[in-house]
Amino acid sequence: MSHKIVVPIGPYHPLQEEPEYFRLYTEGENVVDIDIVLGYVHRGIEKLSESKHFDQVPYLVERICGICSNSHPFAYVNAVEDLAKIEVPERALYIRTIIAELERLHSHLLWIGLAGHFIGYNTVWMWAWRYREPVLDMFEMITGNRQHYAMMKVGGVRRDILETDVPLLKKTLDELAPAADMFKGAVMDDPVIHARLKGIGVLTKEQVIEWCVVGPTARASGVDIDVRRDDPYGVYDKIDWNVIVQKEGDVFAKAVVRILEMYESISIIRQCVDKMPKGEIDANVKDVPAGEGIGHVEAPRGECFHYVRSDGTNRPVRHKIRAPSYVNVASNKVACVGGTISDAAITLAAVDPCYCCTERTAVIDRQTDKKILNGWDLVRLSQEKTQRLKK
Amino acid sequence: MSLKINALTKSLWVFHAACSPCNNCDIEILDVLTPRFDAERFGIVLVGSVRHADVLLVTGVPNMKTKDTIKALHAQAPKPCLVVAVGGCACGRVMFRDSYNSPCDLDEIIPVDAYIPGCPPKPEAILAGVIKLINKVKGKE
Ligand code: SF4
Repeated sequence: MSHKIVVPIGPYHPLQEEPEYFRLYTEGENVVDIDIVLGYVHRGIEKLSESKHFDQVPYLVERICGICSNSHPFAYVNAVEDLAKIEVPERALYIRTIIAELERLHSHLLWIGLAGHFIGYNTVWMWAWRYREPVLDMFEMITGNRQHYAMMKVGGVRRDILETDVPLLKKTLDELAPAADMFKGAVMDDPVIHARLKGIGVLTKEQVIEWCVVGPTARASGVDIDVRRDDPYGVYDKIDWNVIVQKEGDVFAKAVVRILEMYESISIIRQCVDKMPKGEIDANVKDVPAGEGIGHVEAPRGECFHYVRSDGTNRPVRHKIRAPSYVNVASNKVACVGGTISDAAITLAAVDPCYCCTERTAVIDRQTDKKILNGWDLVRLSQEKTQRLKK
Repeated sequence: MSLKINALTKSLWVFHAACSPCNNCDIEILDVLTPRFDAERFGIVLVGSVRHADVLLVTGVPNMKTKDTIKALHAQAPKPCLVVAVGGCACGRVMFRDSYNSPCDLDEIIPVDAYIPGCPPKPEAILAGVIKLINKVKGKE
């Protein structure tokens, strides 16, 4: 039985919307090892960011990932505000929090749908995405776009939430609560889902800590971490809400965490809308001084971290990004191994992977396994490319 | 109208290939299939393999790694295969034009039949684009 068969998943696989390549090494039906091949979605955003003005970078980092397209700009503006010691107006902080929680709602609904799709339960997919549409309508009403909201700005937000928007927002939330009840029932009471998800892809608490897993994936294994509570940004410290933690660590627990978090999000948005003060939404920042700053937010998938260094000009000289999936995807190495091939798909999807956030690139010599390009080589490559473009 | 074209445009089976997108275009493509927009009423179905597809929906900027895979993918598709570039990235690389990892436009790698711009294009725009393409193939203007 030592003969290992490789089952490829990807790079273009019906189960994934993004190109990514997993090599499952199998013995019989059991997965004994897994290889994760990255690099299909690398676009060099950190480097591009160094060529953009501080106010242009939010548009760029927004396009790192379509699902967390608020979390990246949010973390970035937190970093720049930390760097320049900017006081953000109260109302802007409330609006940021509302947008961040709306995003969590739409992202968790999206995940529930995709998870249903992965286990062949397309009804859940269609229902979840149907209830996701009203959330997108709210985005369109508030920000003008269904996705890529372009709300974050250094020192504030770009658009106000109008008085006339509030009734519809509240009505949508009221209608979403019964939908969340429905999903709770559909997932928690369905014997088929129990059979497919319970005890599958288990990550123990020790493994979570060892693999530095973050977000709902970690919280489903009993690790009580949440940036919103541990290092509050926005107005999370002024709002009453709970961190959802489950103990089991299997895929079912991850689904439960996400469903229960939707209730928290609905409650947070309701409180924000009620408590939101009137006033300015922008601090009108003129210059960003030299220095360095960090910002992190709890994206729907976990902690999203940005580091920005400035030398006093109008561009960042270094912008480092660490997205939550970067650590979560690696944990598949322990979660998948020991399971069967048919469970691998849902286990891979259970961390709610977002490969476009994750991508790093390295050029390696296959014979010697040595890195060919280092950071300075990349700088040289991009300088050469600029020269070519100028011609 | 030839039999081939008639059969092709009756019920389009689409395969969705992501070059190196930000994911949003892909989500909007899936969104087109869900109840509010429901592309299945036009006979449009997402298929699991490019070998079954009539239309290849491509999103994102090609990068060093995907530029070869997307070419191979197009070669595997049964011809005639219509290619639709969905989103600003696939149409013209927009803000990733200057990236060190973005060697060329999509239409320099494979022939593209329709461009749907937008970042991301709204589901209505994607539907409209596909319908326009069908009409063009049928020879109606
Ligand atoms: S066009 Fe916009 S939404 Fe589409 S993949 Fe590119 S950045 Fe993302």
